[in-house]
Amino acid sequence: MMVSENFEARLMLGVGILLIGFPWFADWLDEPYLVSTASRIWIYALAAMSLNLLVGFAGLVSFGHSAYVGVGAYVVGILAWHQYEETNFLGLPGTLEGFISIPFAMIVSGIVALGIGALCLRTRGIYFIMITLAFAQMLFYFFVSLEQYGGDDGLMMMDGRNKIPGLDLGEDRQMYWLSLVALGLATWFLRRLSMSRFGMVLHALRQNETRLKAIGVPPYPYMLVAFVIAGALAGLSGALLTNHMEFVSPDFLHWTRSGDLLIMVILGGIGTWTGPILGAIVFLLLEEFLPLLFQEIGLYLFSEHWRLVFGPLLIGIVLFAKGGLHALVFKQMKGVDGAFAN
Amino acid sequence: MKKLLQTLLGTLVLGLGLANAGFTQEPVKIGMVTTLSTGGGYLGQDVRDGFLLAVEEEDGKLGGVPVEVLVEDDGRNPVNGRQIVKRFLDRDRISILTGVIFSNISPVVAPMALKDGIFYISPNSAPSTFAGKECHENYFVVSWQNDTLHEAAGMGATELGYKKALLLAPNYQAGKDALAGFKRFFKGEVIDEIYVKLGQNDYAAEIARIRAAKPEMVFQFLPGGMGINFLKQYSQAGLMKDSAMVVSGFSADIKILNAIGDAGSGIISTSQWNHDLDNAANQQFLLGFRSKFEREPTLYASQGYDTAKLIASALKATGGKVLEDKAGFREALKTAKFASVRGNFRFASNQHPIHDLYIREVVKKNGQMQNRILRKVATDHQDAYVQECGLR
Amino acid sequence: MILLIEQLLNGLQFGVFLFLVSAGLTLIFGIMGVINLAHGSLYMVGAYATAIGMQWTGSFWWGLLMALPAAAFTGWLVELVIIRQLYRRDHLDQVLATFGLILFLNELTTICFGRAPLFLSLPETLSISVEILPGLLYPLYRLLIIGTGLLLAFFLYLLISHTRAGMLLRAGTTHREMVEALGVNLTLLNTGLFVLGALLAGFAGALAGPLISVEVGMGENVLILCFVCIVIGGLGSIRGALFGALLIGMVDTLGRAFLASGLRLILPLDFADSIGAALSSMSVYLLMALVLIFRPQGILPVLGRVR
Repeated sequence: MMVSENFEARLMLGVGILLIGFPWFADWLDEPYLVSTASRIWIYALAAMSLNLLVGFAGLVSFGHSAYVGVGAYVVGILAWHQYEETNFLGLPGTLEGFISIPFAMIVSGIVALGIGALCLRTRGIYFIMITLAFAQMLFYFFVSLEQYGGDDGLMMMDGRNKIPGLDLGEDRQMYWLSLVALGLATWFLRRLSMSRFGMVLHALRQNETRLKAIGVPPYPYMLVAFVIAGALAGLSGALLTNHMEFVSPDFLHWTRSGDLLIMVILGGIGTWTGPILGAIVFLLLEEFLPLLFQEIGLYLFSEHWRLVFGPLLIGIVLFAKGGLHALVFKQMKGVDGAFAN
Repeated sequence: MKKLLQTLLGTLVLGLGLANAGFTQEPVKIGMVTTLSTGGGYLGQDVRDGFLLAVEEEDGKLGGVPVEVLVEDDGRNPVNGRQIVKRFLDRDRISILTGVIFSNISPVVAPMALKDGIFYISPNSAPSTFAGKECHENYFVVSWQNDTLHEAAGMGATELGYKKALLLAPNYQAGKDALAGFKRFFKGEVIDEIYVKLGQNDYAAEIARIRAAKPEMVFQFLPGGMGINFLKQYSQAGLMKDSAMVVSGFSADIKILNAIGDAGSGIISTSQWNHDLDNAANQQFLLGFRSKFEREPTLYASQGYDTAKLIASALKATGGKVLEDKAGFREALKTAKFASVRGNFRFASNQHPIHDLYIREVVKKNGQMQNRILRKVATDHQDAYVQECGLR
Repeated sequence: MILLIEQLLNGLQFGVFLFLVSAGLTLIFGIMGVINLAHGSLYMVGAYATAIGMQWTGSFWWGLLMALPAAAFTGWLVELVIIRQLYRRDHLDQVLATFGLILFLNELTTICFGRAPLFLSLPETLSISVEILPGLLYPLYRLLIIGTGLLLAFFLYLLISHTRAGMLLRAGTTHREMVEALGVNLTLLNTGLFVLGALLAGFAGALAGPLISVEVGMGENVLILCFVCIVIGGLGSIRGALFGALLIGMVDTLGRAFLASGLRLILPLDFADSIGAALSSMSVYLLMALVLIFRPQGILPVLGRVR
């Protein structure tokens, strides 16, 4: 098991380094649009990764994760808006500086997660699913009714993307590299975290909460910290998403977005490292290219109605492919590399 | 896995490349991002059908120049809209963007097109910022400024002698603009304003409030399906006889009238176009539309048709050059040398229309509900924001 | 005063309507332990069947009558093909599989009936208002919804409390293994239950048809509200679902009706309107969060539950 996990980590690192060169590859294909698609994939992969910390490692099925993505996204959008309008936000000036607004987005998302988590974590199972959904809906309607910041219609970044010294985010490639690096750093951080004592407690929590209590470890503070970390990382992905789109709207917080994130995690392989990333890649590529693919092979009905295929595919994966894509990709490797793993 | 994906992408890209290589003369690519789904979907469908009707009249050409129209559905969602336009710009490399229906989409996608240096020609949505402060040399509106038909409703209500009005609109920018537009020309008293959620379906609570307030007339701006539900419930509640209904053209198009049936009788509405306008372009349009789609066109269809005709006139003038000769194409658009189905049409300096406005009444004719023009309320009407625009 | 009574009636009507959809949802969860996100789709099927039936026959009543078999058949099929596989899965799998089912059913409906919403009108006899109190006119159709809804709630109560099938249902909620051990065919019971839930949801969809537009995606809006209802009431409890639905119906309607004008008394006009709109749309979720924090099992939970 350990052997194969190490192999997986090395593989991820290698592929990650190769992916730095992707913009040139896209140029070679004469399809610069792919760079923007890829940035989107890494940003969603980051959000899925943070959700995986809750669902996969701590066993907490949050059905409201898009709320934290949305909060982070709005922080960046609102700060940029105040910069553009030259007005103050709670006595502070707005800003377009990435080094201020992106960490600030993480902090605010983390604080929101702290508040919501403190209440939600009193419940378990189906009730936890429902209460996280309830809070996400509340935040959704909160942003819908924030008229000053566009309400339903959302908020544009009128002056373009955030400024980071030495980078020109206005250029799609640099946005791509920023997203890729953010995903890499988050993966590294979560890996270190999971191997620490804290991570061990989370694993134990998922497996048997009662036993954990019996040996004298109170689960609540551990879960809360995990919830806050997941919230802050989701906030980071939201901050990047606003930058990528140069736009933020309540749609970022819609409950179906939370569903999408859960699908990415399950699709890729719950509780694994590459899973959420694979899930995000396949989910977003299917969304983008499934219609085109059907058009190419002449199935015009499916090209317009690709969800007709996507829905059953999803059901199939849930019902028959336990372990998701991760299991598909890494199954044989385990056989070779770690002969004693299962 | 990665390799598989790349091969897949590679094949796709190759396929697209081959498809393009077949043409000797590249057609002018027009991107149409419009709303085909949700309750407001028929607006986009009519804009699209009107537009494509004009293209079909010339066998795939506009002004003698071959065009390729790419149509995508934004689902009335700005996030979708942005992604589609991003694709249009980076992958399909369009020259003209058109089709936007709702005012929550246009402020999001129009700047993308303008920044990219292509032309943006709206067949419907026209928020006030782009008519005033943020007006742009490559931004054109064929329909009206968002406030126009509401302003006409204010004029109409005043002319018909109403003194006490209650106003109702969805809680978003276009809704607020609508009420502001109505109030700009209404001389009577506004006794209450009610805002509802965009996309709301059940209006029981609001109707109860209207009943309690007893206004002489109600002015409402509920686009698409929202309006149909409201009018049905309003007439079920028996309010139609107590408080007259004065609306802008959007709330009394033929689709809505068909859906509410006899309940619609007597609704007063405003429009820049109606089927009974007597001009040659309108006759041709009505004939073509009815025979092709076997239904009555809405005002949106007329706007889509006008948009295509405007583009055709400019393409003809430049011989098919759009991005290669931006100044020429822009000048050609500005002169607006095309026969609009609404009759008089020219552009103001902010590149929004100057045109005539009418009030209409819903009547039953040959068993069908339809709008009949009552009178003209404004000649050569121009929007209120033109002074704020820096364009010459 | 008249206004208040009218708004209370509106709240009651909305609540009764939510109950019809919630009832099936809560029973399916209570007995089978399945979270069925696709329950809203059955509601959509009912509405579409009514609309299509009306187009064919020209009569609202035939449309209404068609909604029932259509919803029941869809429910039966869905249970047979998908839900049956999910009984022993965890909630996460159920949420995702039924989410996939929503995508599929919505797309299928789009292919069959197009994206444009369908509008159906009421027969003349129903599209009138009656004076129920001096000065208070109320649409007859909404009164009928209230009446039928309450009647159905009563029948459900009789079914569950006073019939053999109801006894098995109640037993199944609390002691599933025991019921199975006693030789009751649980598969049959589950299918029957699912079809019953589908019937109620389909009927609600049919009733909603003439009031709102029939369109793809109409189910999801109702679904989320119904989850709020059954969580507030206590999962698996039919009394809880009724209570939760009426509460949500009232809170939502009264919030929309009075919150903004109430706030205008103490706040500047513009500000009051936007805060009012915000609070009234958040209110039901606020309520749900409060209930879950202080009484996670819901207000009227199933007693003696072992799971």
